[in-house]
Amino acid sequence: MVLSSKPDRRKFTLGATASAAIVGLAPALLAQEAAEGWEQAVKRVLGDAKPIEGKPLIDLPEIAENGNTVPFTVSVDSPMSETDNVRTIYIIATANPQPGVATFHFSPLSGKATVASRMRLAKTQDVLVIAELGDGRFLMSKRNVKVTIGGCGG
Amino acid sequence: MAKARIKLPESTKIGDVIEIKTLISHVMETGQRKDADGKPIPRSIINSFQATFAGEQVFAAELHPGISANPYLSFFMKVPGPGELEFTWIDDAGVRVVEKMKLNVV
Repeated sequence: MVLSSKPDRRKFTLGATASAAIVGLAPALLAQEAAEGWEQAVKRVLGDAKPIEGKPLIDLPEIAENGNTVPFTVSVDSPMSETDNVRTIYIIATANPQPGVATFHFSPLSGKATVASRMRLAKTQDVLVIAELGDGRFLMSKRNVKVTIGGCGG
Repeated sequence: MAKARIKLPESTKIGDVIEIKTLISHVMETGQRKDADGKPIPRSIINSFQATFAGEQVFAAELHPGISANPYLSFFMKVPGPGELEFTWIDDAGVRVVEKMKLNVV
């Protein structure tokens, strides 16, 4: 038993070295968003935190005729005070070739945690919105958008 | 990059929460498309935006290729007093567009 445990331990050590090397590479790999799936994008935002579901309000059309320009408004009901505020809002399009759409940073001057813009949607998909609060908690909600003509071209 | 357009309320009071709308012309080329010869068209997007008031950050954004061409952004500010807003857009080539606008506080 003692003898046979030796190769196992060696294997484990090698395995650990190998994974350490991968961990060392991870930041560069994650920065390359083209290779990143939406699950990874979500994980990079949340880490191990469990988001409170359903909070950010997402205003998106149910059906987007043109995926090249889909208007959206995202807001979190927050007093935006010193102690109770939204720090960041992340938008992730789950079926886009590059799921990260935008990251919005708010400040004590914001007054209101609302932002609007226009996004590209390659096809029918869920859009995820994650809000990071000043106290470190996360809120998350999603909306499905049916896309008639996909954006992103190619 | 062409000139940006910014819309502020004509006049505001201290404590008002105002909407600020910005628009800038930019192709926002995703890097995913190919030209007629099948060669990939390189990515060229505005990747960051910042708005400051009297030197303090109000709002900032990191934009990715999922943002449509001619990026439009609307956000809010609680008016702390009179002052000047400064808006900065930066694209992949490092080109910066900076616009300044006085806020009319009555």
